[in-house]
Amino acid sequence: MAVNDASLAPAREPILRLRGITKTFGAVSALSDIDLDVHAGEVVALVGDNGAGKSTLIKILAGVFQPTSGTIEFMGRPASIDSPSAALTLGISTVFQDLSLCENLDVVANLFLGQELSPWALDEVQMEVRAWQLLGELAARIPSVREPIASLSGGQRQTVAIARSLLLEPKIVMLDEPTAALGVAQTAEVLNLIERLRDRGYGVILISHNMDNVRAVSDRIAVLRLGRNNGTFTRDATREQIVAAIMGADDNVAARRDAIERTRAQQ
Amino acid sequence: MSMKPDASPIAYDRADARVRADTGLAGAARAFLDRIRSGDLGILPVVVGLILISVVFSTLNPVFLLPNNLVNLLFDAAAVGFISLGIVLILLLGEIDLSVGSMSGLASALVGVLWVNMGVPLPLAILAALSAGAAMGAVYATLLNRFTMPSFVSTLSGLLALLGMQLYILGPTGSINLPYSSFLVRFGQILIMPDWMSYGLALVPGLGILWFGFRQMRARAAANLSHASASVVLVKAGAVTLLLEGAVAYLNLGRGVPFMFVVFVLCVAAMQYALTRTKWGRSMFAVGGNIEAARRAGIKVKRIRLTAFMLGSSLAALGGVFSAARLATASQQAGTGDVNLNAIAAAVIGGTSLFGGRGSAWAALLGVLVIQSISNGLTLLNLSSSLRYMITGAVLAIAVIIDSLARQSRASHGRA
Repeated sequence: MAVNDASLAPAREPILRLRGITKTFGAVSALSDIDLDVHAGEVVALVGDNGAGKSTLIKILAGVFQPTSGTIEFMGRPASIDSPSAALTLGISTVFQDLSLCENLDVVANLFLGQELSPWALDEVQMEVRAWQLLGELAARIPSVREPIASLSGGQRQTVAIARSLLLEPKIVMLDEPTAALGVAQTAEVLNLIERLRDRGYGVILISHNMDNVRAVSDRIAVLRLGRNNGTFTRDATREQIVAAIMGADDNVAARRDAIERTRAQQ
Repeated sequence: MSMKPDASPIAYDRADARVRADTGLAGAARAFLDRIRSGDLGILPVVVGLILISVVFSTLNPVFLLPNNLVNLLFDAAAVGFISLGIVLILLLGEIDLSVGSMSGLASALVGVLWVNMGVPLPLAILAALSAGAAMGAVYATLLNRFTMPSFVSTLSGLLALLGMQLYILGPTGSINLPYSSFLVRFGQILIMPDWMSYGLALVPGLGILWFGFRQMRARAAANLSHASASVVLVKAGAVTLLLEGAVAYLNLGRGVPFMFVVFVLCVAAMQYALTRTKWGRSMFAVGGNIEAARRAGIKVKRIRLTAFMLGSSLAALGGVFSAARLATASQQAGTGDVNLNAIAAAVIGGTSLFGGRGSAWAALLGVLVIQSISNGLTLLNLSSSLRYMITGAVLAIAVIIDSLARQSRASHGRA
């Protein structure tokens, strides 16, 4: 069941520590008083229903939004993430749900966007080699890196976006619904990749609606509900416990449906 | 040229079985046809347009294709070309600058007033005109960045304000004649390259293609990537050299190659380098393609806009100075009429998309040749400006239609 954050987390100093993060849009408070820790070599899943504030939180960490109040500590020091480039230099890279790729540019240009090698005489050869290596690490199936993104499928675009997030060798990788548009094989690849990231000591923040994926790879599962912390679970927690925390009660439409399906399966 | 098989196993970019490996000349030709068919027209419409224009006008009036008429055409093209080069930058971002005509007019007025009337040295006067352009560009960019004022609106009001400023500083006399003996006017009207220099300069692009082509081949081979075959590079370099030397020889039958046009071409080449080979250029395309993606990639979108608008307006000012040199006068009419439309039309005809994220510096060069050919041909036919305006308008409409048809085709072929 939900336990105190501190008792679950490893004793080491976290890479990222959020305390009391609040974000209001006019009269609507999208986030209120959010606490979150992320350690090196740990996958933290961020789950919650639509409108729970997951994407808002991600965007604050990515420097797209500024929090209304609250503190962010990175590597033990207070940090302000006032722009996307600040987040990148700090070592937080993000794969957004809408991927953020430029359709008119090719794969290499997208991978290196904003981080081009030798800015005054672009080193296309080195960038292309590095692009193939990155895509190779992801076991990506992309036929040509010199085609514009417009010619790629949804899954291929997701792969490019994930490869892109690794380019700067960040400390923390945030993945917003990384498997939503992927096929079975590619989903497995991405889950493998997430574990590889953890093994290499990155902190990973994973947002997903897919409970099986979340429980398969996460070390901790932080639940948001209506913009507030609503418990932290280990991967041993049952699906029902997590769903209950997401919905806010044990008796809700999702839990009842799960119960019916379980009965059916037993028959 | 013999095609020896690659020593390394399989190049990185040929590993996927779904990729057709286009090698040699036939491969290059096939890839080119594929591109055209999918709507990636490149310079094809311009080439077809130029051939059509030449055939039509030279049958109506044989003077059109005479060397000296073409020399005149190149003199005229340089002035509008600079304005168009600036427009390309703005269009790449998916923005528009409707005030380039007025900006060029104001720049010519500034040079006239400062240099002729007030005795300021010419370089300083030109510098002042360019700074005025940069300042105006900064104003547009600030209006867009700070107040999210659409560039369509801000530059439309700029059009009127700049025109007013032009009339104000010219005062009641309305026009200032520039001295014929001055360098500026000689540059704009008679300075022609010596034959040996023009022939020599026409060799440079071919040599450049060879040098960079072979250097790139070596670098890609060393990095285990596929590369163009030597025959493709040789044929390309040969074709370009033949074409340029032929053109120079033909122009040298008349007065020769204008210095002013060469300066313009060099600026286009420099801009093309900046757009395709620098981080700044890549950022320009990214902002034009997907502004949110660019912002999230850490590109300083506001700064990119600022540089684009400042460069765009400065180039418009430079075009104004050049056209003042061409006409040996700074008048109230400078930059009015069809200057605006011609500059924008040239950029679009050359293949710069009005929707942002697609285009090249060459577009300004190629497009301005088409536009100036039309206007020159119509002038030779003694058509009134009323008819010229209508015909130029129709040509712009056709160019935009071709652009959006090609865009739809690209979309259905999975190309942006």
